[in-house]
Amino acid sequence: MTEVAVTPNGMAGKTDLSAAPTAGSSDLSAAPTAWNSDEMQARIRRRYRQERTFKGLGILALTIAAGFLVFLMVTVIGSGWNSFRQTQVLVPVTFDAARLGIGIEQAKADPRALSRANFQGVMADSVERSFGDDAQLVSDGAWLALRKAVEADPAIIGTTQPMWLIATSNMDQLSKRQIDLDADQANRPVNDFEIAAWNRLEADGKLRTVLNRTFLGGADSVDPELAGIWGALKGSFLTLLVTLAISFPVGVLAAIYLEEFAAKNRWTDIIEVSINNLAAVPSIIFGLLGLSVFLNTMNMPRSAPVVGGLTLALMTLPVIVIASRAAIKAVPPSIRDAALGIGASRVQVVAHHVLPLALPGMLTGTILGMARALGETAPLLMIGMRAFLTSVPQGLTQPATALPVQIFIWSDNVSRGFVEKTSGAIIVLLVFLLTINSLAIYLRNRFEVRW
Amino acid sequence: MTMPEAGVSVGTTRPKMTARDVKVSYGDIEALKGVSIDVSTEDVTAFIGPSGCGKSTFLRCLNRMNDTIASARFSGSIELDGHDIYSPDMDVVQLRARVGMVFQKPNPFPKSIYENVAYGPRIHGLASKKADMDAIVEKSLRRAGLWDEVKDRLQDSGTALSGGQQQRLCIARAIAVNPEVILMDEPASALDPIATAKIEELIDDLRGRYAIVIVTHNMQQAARVSQKTAFFHLGTLVEYGDTREIFTNPKQPRTKDYITGRYG
Repeated sequence: MTEVAVTPNGMAGKTDLSAAPTAGSSDLSAAPTAWNSDEMQARIRRRYRQERTFKGLGILALTIAAGFLVFLMVTVIGSGWNSFRQTQVLVPVTFDAARLGIGIEQAKADPRALSRANFQGVMADSVERSFGDDAQLVSDGAWLALRKAVEADPAIIGTTQPMWLIATSNMDQLSKRQIDLDADQANRPVNDFEIAAWNRLEADGKLRTVLNRTFLGGADSVDPELAGIWGALKGSFLTLLVTLAISFPVGVLAAIYLEEFAAKNRWTDIIEVSINNLAAVPSIIFGLLGLSVFLNTMNMPRSAPVVGGLTLALMTLPVIVIASRAAIKAVPPSIRDAALGIGASRVQVVAHHVLPLALPGMLTGTILGMARALGETAPLLMIGMRAFLTSVPQGLTQPATALPVQIFIWSDNVSRGFVEKTSGAIIVLLVFLLTINSLAIYLRNRFEVRW
Repeated sequence: MTMPEAGVSVGTTRPKMTARDVKVSYGDIEALKGVSIDVSTEDVTAFIGPSGCGKSTFLRCLNRMNDTIASARFSGSIELDGHDIYSPDMDVVQLRARVGMVFQKPNPFPKSIYENVAYGPRIHGLASKKADMDAIVEKSLRRAGLWDEVKDRLQDSGTALSGGQQQRLCIARAIAVNPEVILMDEPASALDPIATAKIEELIDDLRGRYAIVIVTHNMQQAARVSQKTAFFHLGTLVEYGDTREIFTNPKQPRTKDYITGRYG
């Protein structure tokens, strides 16, 4: 309705102008604008309606985004928090010297002799004595706790000690109520016998749930109850260390040179375009590059954090160069003039003025680059950082894996216990990401200079 | 000393800086088409002229700030105490310490007031002890007429000062390295009248100690602060002489038209 009312008036105005083009200016100034006309009121209403619609759309978009985020967090935390808990079974362990094959005196004299002791046998005997021989209640790897106990106090050899041992994944899942007990036996991972055993243990108070130190402190394992994230976390940390050590100085120096020293000519144009294109290259290409250059040509160690770090550094460099150049460009030229004007050399101008002022922006770019590098899986697969490793990497050249790769490996595993481990690893990755980002933001704010 | 070009007549005893046939072009655009001028220590020299006439370009030639513009091409000669500043053995960094510059927009470093002044002496190694540096900072701020206003807050940021104070801080910063010439590129154009008056007073105080060259759009300002005035137009030096002469009895019709507000 309003549209129809508007049109004739507008048409009238236009015809007036075209009818007398020469006298147009005087006509325009003579006629006062009818601010209170219906047409104007309709225009105002339409404008308000537009603003309301736009605001509504904005809020809708924000809500959808927040909804996705909440959904993700709830899903991940909901299924992942269980991986930080561990079920243990109380077993009276008899440290029989004959079965161990090692006596008190020998254990005291030479702790290395313990590596030959038969803890597995002692544990199996103790479990069988308490629960009968068919029950798979205690994890195969739980004997390590026995060894630790003897290491701490060799005097316990020959005695019987009550010990909390890591339960099997099935017991763990039962304890955490992750298994549907109403399902048919054929369709669930635990059989009726195990459920009966679990019920007995529960009734006797021989089960407990504690903080999962195995998950937080160990490396990968074929058994979900023995799998840990620390190996992958440390692998990621070492890899990022190499990435940062290479890409930050190289990226910043490249940006400074391009912005402050290089002549602006065709070559620098080509370099600029190339850098921009490199930033958009899929990461797996960088993985192939790392494979052929670092592994095949330079014969560097496979699966090592140093190679992963170098490969990710190649990927991160363009991001850091672009962000650093933008940060340098944002430094007002007047500051450069001021320093040059009192006789500072170009290097002094950069070191004393441009760099400190551009550093926050450079750090922002570096944070983004590092965050991307941390989440990168494909290039690491290419250079062999997806190896199955049961030990925590001790150095830059030792085989390691990384958090996202670990998530990828676990998500592929059919075992029920790895579902929660996958989500747990995602939580660890997110926490790690947030930690390094907050650290970087804190550093950036400390260096930030306002003018 | 004989002047090769018409309109250049200077009665100074001994020029501090001598420019001969200075030509500057930016790419295809010729910004200066042969300018010759003498600058002396006794006088404040004002460069006036309409926008785009080349006066700022010429000013920036005097301490080779134009070197930072990649497309700028220079020919001619400029001498400081008889030494060609464009000769290969001239160190640009030292030249800029000897020929200081104050810019149109106050541009203190985003550092403390103290650091702003101390920066120049520090990079040139003019003070080895903290006490010496303190003395240089105080002397420079006193000469710039800023000491009494900032002596209790030397550690505050230089950017927290008012516009006029910032510009005097920039002058103090230029003075601190003990220059022989100070170039000022419209130093008061971004300031209010009171701050402008203070800057002009300061320029008058500094006269005789340093050779001062000031570019200004404000003709009253040129008349107030300078003893010599050069009128630039379209990349040429139209007229150069005693300020009183230029403003009361210009020889060139173009100068007369500009001063009386006919164009520009």
